[in-house]
Amino acid sequence: MGVKILTQHSGVPGIDTFEVYRKQGGYAAVEKALKSMSPEEVLEEVKKSGLRGRGGAGFPTGLKWSFLAKPEGVPRYLVCNADESEPGTFKDRELMSRNPHSLIEGMIVSSYALGANTSYIYVRGELFYVIRILEKAIAEAYEKGLLGKNILGTGYDLDLYVQPGGGAYICGEETALIESLEGKRGNPRIKPPFPAVSGVWGCPTVVNNVETIAATSWIILNGGDEYAKIGIGRSTGTKLISACGNINQPGIYEIELGLPVEEFIYSDEYCGGIAGGKRLKAVVAGGSSVPVLPANLILKTIAGEPRLMTYESLADGGFATGTMMGSGGFIAMDEDACIVRNTWNFTRFYHHESCGQCSPCREGTGWMEKVLHRIEYGHGKMSDIDLLVDVAAKIEGNTICPLGDAAAWPVGSAIRHFREEFEWHVKEPRLSQQQNYGLAAYADPLPVPVTEES
Amino acid sequence: MEIETREIRFSEERLAEVRQILQRYPEGRQKSALLPLLHIAQAEFDNWLSPDVMDYVAGLLDIEPIEVYEVASFYTMFNLRPVGKYVLEICRTGPCCLVGAEKVQAHIEEKLGIKPGETTPDGMFTLKPVECLAACGFGPVMQVGATYYEKLTPERTDELLERFRNENKRATYC
Ligand SMILES: Cc1cc2nc3c(=O)[nH]c(=O)nc-3n(C[C@H](O)[C@H](O)[C@H](O)COP(=O)(O)O)c2cc1C
Ligand code: SF4
Ligand code: FES
Repeated sequence: MGVKILTQHSGVPGIDTFEVYRKQGGYAAVEKALKSMSPEEVLEEVKKSGLRGRGGAGFPTGLKWSFLAKPEGVPRYLVCNADESEPGTFKDRELMSRNPHSLIEGMIVSSYALGANTSYIYVRGELFYVIRILEKAIAEAYEKGLLGKNILGTGYDLDLYVQPGGGAYICGEETALIESLEGKRGNPRIKPPFPAVSGVWGCPTVVNNVETIAATSWIILNGGDEYAKIGIGRSTGTKLISACGNINQPGIYEIELGLPVEEFIYSDEYCGGIAGGKRLKAVVAGGSSVPVLPANLILKTIAGEPRLMTYESLADGGFATGTMMGSGGFIAMDEDACIVRNTWNFTRFYHHESCGQCSPCREGTGWMEKVLHRIEYGHGKMSDIDLLVDVAAKIEGNTICPLGDAAAWPVGSAIRHFREEFEWHVKEPRLSQQQNYGLAAYADPLPVPVTEES
Repeated sequence: MEIETREIRFSEERLAEVRQILQRYPEGRQKSALLPLLHIAQAEFDNWLSPDVMDYVAGLLDIEPIEVYEVASFYTMFNLRPVGKYVLEICRTGPCCLVGAEKVQAHIEEKLGIKPGETTPDGMFTLKPVECLAACGFGPVMQVGATYYEKLTPERTDELLERFRNENKRATYC
């Protein structure tokens, strides 16, 4: 059992209410920060903790906060990114729905450090029930004097609001999220200027993930150095991993960074092994956007070292033989899973979710989807495989926002590690159709769709 | 499907809610209330946004109707055509498919005799496959209104459809 920070209250009945949360020691970080620390001191502790953004990119949180511009007379904003739409990632919704006050406490501490007097939690619109839970908890916090004017008599004011999204994955990208919060289409902005200089309504803004913000309370209460002692190297603290796919115990696990991947997959404390006693075939370790790895490479690095759940170890070997921590969406696939179908499915997702601003992303994701579809459904040609590699390479690095890269990496990595499976689909179209994952239990072969011949 | 014509106007209760929402943003930034208002409008007016409804929202926010249309058409939660009483939003993304989402979708299609985007002739169900609902560990997942139904099987889906049919109430997000 590792240290629990974000899930320390899990299982406490009524923890979603102010009373119980307070009794469990909740809001002590707010008292400590607002009553005995300056905003700079709070920021300093977060820097010392080594906390890295848990939304995907893993950028050091303290450093990000220190970039916030502070022009006189201009308001600053903290926006919590609770858009959570990355396939494989389902951690923030659990944290918010089970323990809403822990996010609110983190929002107060973080807003104080940043000098923000109005903050927003941008929640993906589909999660209306979570929005209601948050709104109720926020109302309680106002009532108890932890939000609003002159919080706990310290002279600090903070208003906190929940903003619903409208069902668009791209609104998780921070500049798209800002556009969406302003009531527009979620089209990412060209950077620079970065949100730290010009964010919501042109004002300096920090956008942070739910998990990142929730971790700040513990850091303030226990000290940045204590947090930095957990984990390994520059991967400090704990991380929520949402595990899904063909495993025995799907769910959300808080791990200390540094846990071996093998232990995570096979121990009873976590995933409990592969469902049905099957063999592990592949893992997407950080949400659908990160490169997929075959079983041997996710368990061990190319140097034969055990692969660890840290930012560095998962990325070891670069994209040739490594992957990324991403958002911690851990998708395990067993020996029966079809890599081609899964890759097609992910590409369909990116095509559907592309905002359409840049042609490499708008057109490229569509082409990849089409080509993968025809390979999967038995109409592929050998040359299609290289065509896919080529299209993916042309999207990567050529777009306004990272969604383009996110769409290209799963395709590039799937072909790099599983080329034979793509070739088998081309050579054995009938057999491959019957192997489609998720439909393996089906007796009837899939219908052959009409595709254009080219 | 029969579409009732009725006055496009929020109830006093809803208008009070709108005024509250507008207070969340600084002066002159009322356009930020657009997504919250569209959600309310959709829930109030039969779970879809007709051009008249969108024009009404534009009026409330003092913005051009086109600003509302371009936003409403960007986000998948907004229905721009009439829908059934229950919109069955079945997740069709990778992780759910690994645990049988395609099977559940195929089952619904067969059972109700509708394809994605279609509504049953009795106006009860619309099938709307959607992308990842952030519940991947509990798949296959379907959202109906604000409720998530997880770990679906064809049998459990049948039970749900039966329940919805008996309840016969419009399910909306908010
Ligand atoms: C297409 C796309 C989708 C994203 N979705 C999310 C999301 O749902 N939640 C999130 O916290 N970050 C998401 N991000 C990352 C954000 O842009 C941003 O880096 C993050 O919210 C910063 O918070 P952090 O520093 O706490 O990680 C996404 C990025 C991209 C490019
Ligand atoms: S990369 Fe794709 S999602 Fe990002 S701005 Fe370009 S078109 Fe939009
Ligand atoms: S893949 Fe279905 S909820 Fe995420």
